[in-house]
Amino acid sequence: MSATDDVVSTREAFGKTLASLAKENARIVALDADLASSTRMSYFRDAVPERFIQVGIAEQNMVGIAAGLAHTGLIPFCGSFATFISRRACDQVALLVGHTRLNVKLVGAYGGLVSGNNGATHQAVEDIAIMRAIPNIVVLEPADDIEMGMAVEAAIEYEGPVYLRCTRDPWPRVSPPGYRFRIGKAACAAEGSDVTFVCSGMMVSQCIEAAERLSCEGVSAEVINCATIKPLDAEMILSSVRKTGAVVTAENASVIGGLGGAVAELLGSELLSPTVRVGLQDEYGECGDNVSLLHKYGMDVEHLVEAAGKAMRLRDQRSGAKHR
Amino acid sequence: MLDRTDAEAISRRVRRRILSTIHSAGAGHAGGSLSSVEILVALYFDVLRLDAANPKWPQRDRFILSKGHASSALYSVLVERGLMESDLLRSFGRIDSELQVHPDMHRLEWVEISTGSLGQGLSVGVGTALGARLTGSDFATYVLLGDGECQEGQVWEAAMAAAHYRLDSLVAIVDSNQAQLTGRTSDVMDICPLRDKWAAFGWDVVEADGNDVIAIRQALLVARGSRGRPSVVIAHTTKGKGVSFMEVGGHTWHGRVPTAHELDLALAELSDAGRSKGGEPRECN
Repeated sequence: MSATDDVVSTREAFGKTLASLAKENARIVALDADLASSTRMSYFRDAVPERFIQVGIAEQNMVGIAAGLAHTGLIPFCGSFATFISRRACDQVALLVGHTRLNVKLVGAYGGLVSGNNGATHQAVEDIAIMRAIPNIVVLEPADDIEMGMAVEAAIEYEGPVYLRCTRDPWPRVSPPGYRFRIGKAACAAEGSDVTFVCSGMMVSQCIEAAERLSCEGVSAEVINCATIKPLDAEMILSSVRKTGAVVTAENASVIGGLGGAVAELLGSELLSPTVRVGLQDEYGECGDNVSLLHKYGMDVEHLVEAAGKAMRLRDQRSGAKHR
Repeated sequence: MLDRTDAEAISRRVRRRILSTIHSAGAGHAGGSLSSVEILVALYFDVLRLDAANPKWPQRDRFILSKGHASSALYSVLVERGLMESDLLRSFGRIDSELQVHPDMHRLEWVEISTGSLGQGLSVGVGTALGARLTGSDFATYVLLGDGECQEGQVWEAAMAAAHYRLDSLVAIVDSNQAQLTGRTSDVMDICPLRDKWAAFGWDVVEADGNDVIAIRQALLVARGSRGRPSVVIAHTTKGKGVSFMEVGGHTWHGRVPTAHELDLALAELSDAGRSKGGEPRECN
């Protein structure tokens, strides 16, 4: 980790990278709801004004327009504060982006607690949970400017909805030289054997610092930079937790439904007391009578009985005990 | 171009399909589907630029059914226009069906975009119209809204943006049937005067009898000819149009499924030998 002077915030890296890539890719368009100077989409506006669309203070409309633009083959980026893009435009994001799987990129600047001393109205704490709960949306929260630049490129290459979360202020750089970001792949930022930190965004540098402090006390901590919050890199997290048996999740957001929620869901299902989760498996429903629907989506009595059997089998495999 | 006799015969067949489909599925929205019939017939037979062999022809005009609950009318018109097999109507609302009660673009290729949450379609239309401009295409975008739907704030966000960007390739159509789920639109939340509202937002406004194919077609063509401004067609219609007891029932037929007896009565009224006892549409202004 190095806190060099040239480190910039992830919003700054986002804005500069997008503007630079847009000069070479005419399919990229940017939509702004009067926050371009804060989201740093202002770089795009100045670089390619003909593809910058100002919608005024109207986030719901912005997401709808983006869906229409994506429908014509363009790659729209919608910029706003993380609070507004997730909460204000939630229904539009769910139905016009998630359900349609249109190639819309949603950018939430000012993620989390550390959002420029604007207070609770501007602190996005549930945006990750909201975006995670919506099927078909890739959720990214890069840790530093280097990783953000690569994430913007990856989001453009990826065909489908992406939520890209930024922080307002610069935090220490954590990306090692030669690092390559890939959607769906976490990165081990520090190796250890006693405890695992699973973290994202600016909390990665915090966790690295914590790991350094722990090492002075003789505790070996592993730090996993989970820049892709969805889809979660289950393999890397599980292999680390199998080794350490102790997990701390750390995110600049609520512990409910975000990265912490995702890891708890993973561990509950795969590693600790076996948890089989019945319900819609991150997908949308459809038409049909109730009996057909509950059957097709694995929520009828038959599936509940199966789920109970599966949970008990997992428990027995793990404990080696033979029940019944 | 359809002549009046053909247009009326097609509209009657569409209405029979709508009601049979909804009855069979035990789901759907009769009132607002019946009010939209002539608008959809005019669009799909005479106004929309489309290639029957290629639903995704890049130069096609885009049609967005923002009032997604009128899906049974859209599906029935697609059948009459020869774009969809009539057998498919039997699967409406059933498990694994292409025909969702609210249209799904990934299940039926003639559905341009999935809709069902009211107030969202016009924003998408602003996006496709801007997209046409940015990609150098000359297709038009038509968006059909309900009048109750105009209570959604997002509609007016989109209206503002369309005028700001002078999107003259965008045509909104308001199916002004004067009723919504829980009552008359003027009682639930009065949106009148609609003409003045759209005009104040910078739109060209055309009004027409929305249950007359020839009149609504003419209005749509006038609207498409607007230059420098988006245009809206306020289509004065009757909820439940074509079935006497549904016209009288108004909002109570928003989401009610006709019984077997009611279906028989309705089909008799809609038979080619029967007569449509439709009343005059109520004016908004």
